[in-house]
Amino acid sequence: MERGIQIRKYKNIVLKTGVVLFTVIVTLPLLLVLLYIFKRGISAISWDFLANLPKPVGETGGGIFNALIGSAIIIGIAALIAIPFGVSIGVYLSEFRKTKLAYWTLLSVDVLQGIPSIVIGIVIYLWIVKTMGSFSALSGSIALSLMMLPSIIKSTEETLKLIPDSLKEASLSLGVPYYRTILKVILPAGISGILSGVMLGIARIAGETAPLLFTAFGNPFTNTNILKPMASLPLVIFNYAISPYDEWHELAWGAAFLLILFILLLNTLTKLAEKKWRVQF
Amino acid sequence: MESTILKSENFSAWFGENQVLKKINIEIPRNNIVAVMGPSGCGKTTFIRCVNRMHELTNDTHVEGTIFYTKNDIYKMDPIILRRFIGMVFQRPNPFPTMSIYQNVIAGYTLNGASLRKPEKDELVEDSLKKAALWDEVKDMLHRKGTFLSGGQQQRLCIARALAMKPEILLLDEPTSALDPISTAKIEELLFDLKKNYTLLIVTHNMQQAGRVSDKTAFFYLGELIEYNDTKEIFTNPKNEKTQNYITGRFG
Repeated sequence: MERGIQIRKYKNIVLKTGVVLFTVIVTLPLLLVLLYIFKRGISAISWDFLANLPKPVGETGGGIFNALIGSAIIIGIAALIAIPFGVSIGVYLSEFRKTKLAYWTLLSVDVLQGIPSIVIGIVIYLWIVKTMGSFSALSGSIALSLMMLPSIIKSTEETLKLIPDSLKEASLSLGVPYYRTILKVILPAGISGILSGVMLGIARIAGETAPLLFTAFGNPFTNTNILKPMASLPLVIFNYAISPYDEWHELAWGAAFLLILFILLLNTLTKLAEKKWRVQF
Repeated sequence: MESTILKSENFSAWFGENQVLKKINIEIPRNNIVAVMGPSGCGKTTFIRCVNRMHELTNDTHVEGTIFYTKNDIYKMDPIILRRFIGMVFQRPNPFPTMSIYQNVIAGYTLNGASLRKPEKDELVEDSLKKAALWDEVKDMLHRKGTFLSGGQQQRLCIARALAMKPEILLLDEPTSALDPISTAKIEELLFDLKKNYTLLIVTHNMQQAGRVSDKTAFFYLGELIEYNDTKEIFTNPKNEKTQNYITGRFG
């Protein structure tokens, strides 16, 4: 009897240590990666780096202004495309759960989530870049918006599912039409979840490189025409990192640092938004 | 002679294959409180949800027969219009969580896109909250969230919200079952005041409550209307054996 309890106690200790150990083993390298990027990147950051265009090989200095502008435009347009579609599909899935269309949509969303980004890039290249005849920022935005969709759809659906039916009934019983009930009661009640889905979606696509290789392509100059090729942070990192020049490597580290900073900021904002707009039922 | 405001004729309702209401014939007189009583699953909630056509919002339901609101067949009316004449208060208080107390009261107008001027809104809010006996408790915090109130206050807020639409009939689906005895007493008192201006149809499985508040009582059992009479008559001299058994606590 006594011995049995002793053995159980040991088992307890072993399991607890095991869980902590594995957590540390996984977290530590993650933190080291972040630390390393910060260390390498922060030295590259300067006013010149933020406000100038890249210089040709051989000249010192130069910056990534074109990529910053490009990323902002490409991501912004991707979000503009993805949000209305994503939220609508999420509403449909939560409202008409049992329909065949909902079943197939949910399945496609799950599959879409698992499609490698490079495959999405190729598909958009065939569908849009080929038909339009040139690389363009718009095609890049479309590729990225496809990658954002699952996160927006899922979070919208899950959030709305948690909203009690009694709320919808309260609105309908006041003689409010169905569409107004959805727009004015249900969506506002779920705003925190939907927003966090959108922001996590943006965080996910901000660093995507592969789909942009075939679509936005990159551009050494500042371009704001979305029908023309455009630079972006991940492309800059990719191009500079595979170059043989130390100075360009430096620029790549700086760009990587900015990108990580942006994603960190988005994640923090998501947490804040969830807190601020959380609705108590 | 009292006029009839609501009348059902051979009204039946189904969930899928399952018939939950069987040929209900009932007449509700104006400015009365009618209690609908019976054991769980007897169809009482379904009945009042048919009156404002909320029943059909559930998938795979259908009805037969009809219900008249004054002279109009409610199944030929637009449900959106119908629900403005027939308000509803639910079992659990359900104020809109994103809105303040003030906004909750006028939600029926704002959600419908009606634009009211500020003095109109103020008057409507004060008037409705007074009718729901909530004004004195909340008049200094009208702009706090409705969900901040206690359960009993929330339920009265929901009553105020329904009253603000100036309905003719108010349906109450076990409005006190989620509340403590003091809140319950307050709401029962309130119902008594409301019958001057409204017709109330209240679902309850609490016999004492039916006895206390209502003028007439309908006893439902397994989807059938077993007995419908003046409350006093039902409780002192029930005609049907099932009613008698229920009232004396032998089942249900």
